[in-house]
Amino acid sequence: MNALTLWFHKIGSPPTFYRIAGAWAPWLFAIALALGAVALYGGLFVAPRDYQQGDAYRIIFVHVPCAWMGLFAYIFLAVNAFIALVWRIKLSEILAMASAPVGAAFTFITLVSGSLWGKPMWGTYWTWDARLTSELVLLFLYLGVIGLHHAIEDRRQAARAASFLALIGIVNVPIVHFSVNWWNTLHQGSTVRLMGESHITGSMVWPLLVMALATHVWFFASVLARTRVGLLELEGGKDWAREVALADAPRDTVAAHV
Amino acid sequence: MKPGSTSAACAALLRRDLTLIWRRRGDALNPILFALIVVALFPLALGPEPENLRRIAAGVVFVALLLSGLLALDTLFRGDYEDGSLEQLVLSPHPLALLLACKIAVHWLTTALPLLIVAPLLAEMLNLPHAVFPVLLAALALATPLLSLIGAVCVALTVGMRRSGMLLALLVLPLYVPVLIFGAGACNAAQAGFPFLAPLLWLGAGLVLALVLAPLACAAALKISLS
Amino acid sequence: MSDFLAMGGYGAYLWPSYAVFVIVLAIDAIAPRIRRRRVLAEIRGKSKRRATREATP
Repeated sequence: MNALTLWFHKIGSPPTFYRIAGAWAPWLFAIALALGAVALYGGLFVAPRDYQQGDAYRIIFVHVPCAWMGLFAYIFLAVNAFIALVWRIKLSEILAMASAPVGAAFTFITLVSGSLWGKPMWGTYWTWDARLTSELVLLFLYLGVIGLHHAIEDRRQAARAASFLALIGIVNVPIVHFSVNWWNTLHQGSTVRLMGESHITGSMVWPLLVMALATHVWFFASVLARTRVGLLELEGGKDWAREVALADAPRDTVAAHV
Repeated sequence: MKPGSTSAACAALLRRDLTLIWRRRGDALNPILFALIVVALFPLALGPEPENLRRIAAGVVFVALLLSGLLALDTLFRGDYEDGSLEQLVLSPHPLALLLACKIAVHWLTTALPLLIVAPLLAEMLNLPHAVFPVLLAALALATPLLSLIGAVCVALTVGMRRSGMLLALLVLPLYVPVLIFGAGACNAAQAGFPFLAPLLWLGAGLVLALVLAPLACAAALKISLS
Repeated sequence: MSDFLAMGGYGAYLWPSYAVFVIVLAIDAIAPRIRRRRVLAEIRGKSKRRATREATP
């Protein structure tokens, strides 16, 4: 087999991925924290006050990156879920299940920060418009995937069932994204565009983009860390897992000498 | 009908399910009683002023039927799972999706249809204007099969779990939300005098899609749960 | 400093948002570590039980 296929198979092997993830995760966390610090500095100190919303708009530097990550995480989950169901690749099963709690965390932050932003701006902590409702549905989908994964004893079957559920719910992702275009919502339309002109000034947009990068890096760091634990859980009986466990044992206990 | 053909299998399955339900026909009252109780609680909680109740009537009827249906979903596969016939069904050479479509149809007939018949009574209890009744029944006629089909896929994922009640509700809720929004939305629009055809058409489109896709998804989900 | 904390009167909304951000992500980072320790202890326990089983005639 050629080098690419070989590399692909090697990566998918649990002990190899465990080692690689273990090497990368701490660095990714550190980079995410550094980028996050830069973004927070930019957002709180450098970006000017908004003429309409005053300082309240600074919630954007937390709210929007987390919103983006909530959707990104779900797509990452769905892609891995698809691979897991079609090709039954163990690593994909674990990657999918690892990304669910992280995505749920980001979605939760989005909802809370959005609610706190809504109170001074709209006069209410909540409204049942299309954007907010579909974002709440997204959180419920995440919780459903996590709940189903926990409820089934056999880990591989649990991952497959939860992956299936995640794929059924994928239709919600475009609904969340396009809700502000398709319906009349209290939530504003998109300001930052991938293609074309963004409706936000430079000094305000760079902390936002840096924070977006920071959250992306954090996502991968967290998924790698959780995947390592997932691999240990799944492969508990195998030699490589046992070696890791014994190496990790506190020095002065009996367990270290088994 | 040739014995051993797919149509014979479907006919046999339909006959079996209907017979089994007929033997426990008292159980068909449970969803009706539950819906009645839920609806009765609202005037008790909110006060009997007709104006208050009229405003929420359509929505409450919808939610009550949705919750009754949710409770009844568990019976779709439980009996067959416990005596092993569900596994036999999955192993059969006939298309599993078709067989499951038959099961879901019988389940809808015996749990949702009685609720549809009771719906006018429930709406009357909440002072829904009579002009809205046809829209309510149309919306429910489109929504309840859709809820049964979507619910069947989620029940298939949790089949065999001992205490799956809360988990099932959590799984099914995000998928039920659009149906509720369109169904109750149509009724509320009709009540306010606005055009109501669009949400009904959306429900219809969803139903047609679900009629084709849900049995397939249900079959795939069952194969995962029973593996 | 107090101007900075007040954030033009919106401090009560801004700082809890940032706090939720930091706290939730902190939990997200710590929870896998706790689980990892538990899983490793379980694997050690299983391994010990298997070794004992195999050693007993």
